[in-house]
Amino acid sequence: MIRSIAGQTVHVNEEGFLTASEEWTREIAEEIAREEGIAELTPAHWKVIEWCRAHAVNGRSPTLRQITEGTGISTKEMFALFPKGPAKKVARIAGLGKPEGCV
Amino acid sequence: MGEDTRKMAFICSKGTLDMAYPALVMGWAALGNGVDVTIFFTFWGLDIIRKSRQDHLEIAPVGNTSMKVSMMGVHADNVGIPNLVGVLPGMTALATKLMKDKMRALGVPPVSEYLQMLVDGGAKLYACKLSVDMMGLKKEDLVDGVIDIVTASDFIDMTEGAQIIFI
Repeated sequence: MIRSIAGQTVHVNEEGFLTASEEWTREIAEEIAREEGIAELTPAHWKVIEWCRAHAVNGRSPTLRQITEGTGISTKEMFALFPKGPAKKVARIAGLGKPEGCV
Repeated sequence: MGEDTRKMAFICSKGTLDMAYPALVMGWAALGNGVDVTIFFTFWGLDIIRKSRQDHLEIAPVGNTSMKVSMMGVHADNVGIPNLVGVLPGMTALATKLMKDKMRALGVPPVSEYLQMLVDGGAKLYACKLSVDMMGLKKEDLVDGVIDIVTASDFIDMTEGAQIIFI
């Protein structure tokens, strides 16, 4: 599927995840974040987003446990930054695929 | 949480290692999908939230028809561990160690750490009053993440509208 986000045309799947991470921009992240109910991306949000983009495997975002272990940001903090399903939310905002794995 | 939030409630009634993980894995997955999670620990399931027990859960090979020698890395899916061998001292410890090693290799955290992750993610934990009384336990015997010791009736009240999973 093709949709327009922040004035750019990007490829997304049926769940709204970008399928080509190179099409991602910071403006796209900000718009998807607003769709997810996050009014403003703070430096703490960006730290997670950037870490996930740097550690994506085959275009898939890391799992929540990988994020907390890799960034040192606690599980509690992750749920506060990205309420209701942090890993999936970060994946969408970061223009990556849904994380795979049970932990 | 809004009224439209999906709710799931898990009832943990078993205290063996293989019965502790399903609620942890599914509860964690539910939290990861924005679902409201409540877990009620009853009977042997209390071991999962007992400070002294939670990292010492075991799995016994005796009477376990699914436990084959393939657990030990031997490729023979239908060759079992005879019950007569399973009763030997140390066999439960061995089976437990093998399962824990396999989980660790997959990056699965120990029960205490996994449960804390769920608490940090917003899961609400409750202990069953009848079971707590039966086993002579007190609130301080349970991990800090446990909100309260409640009756079955309280649990039914607080999980109205939730999907209930009994383990």
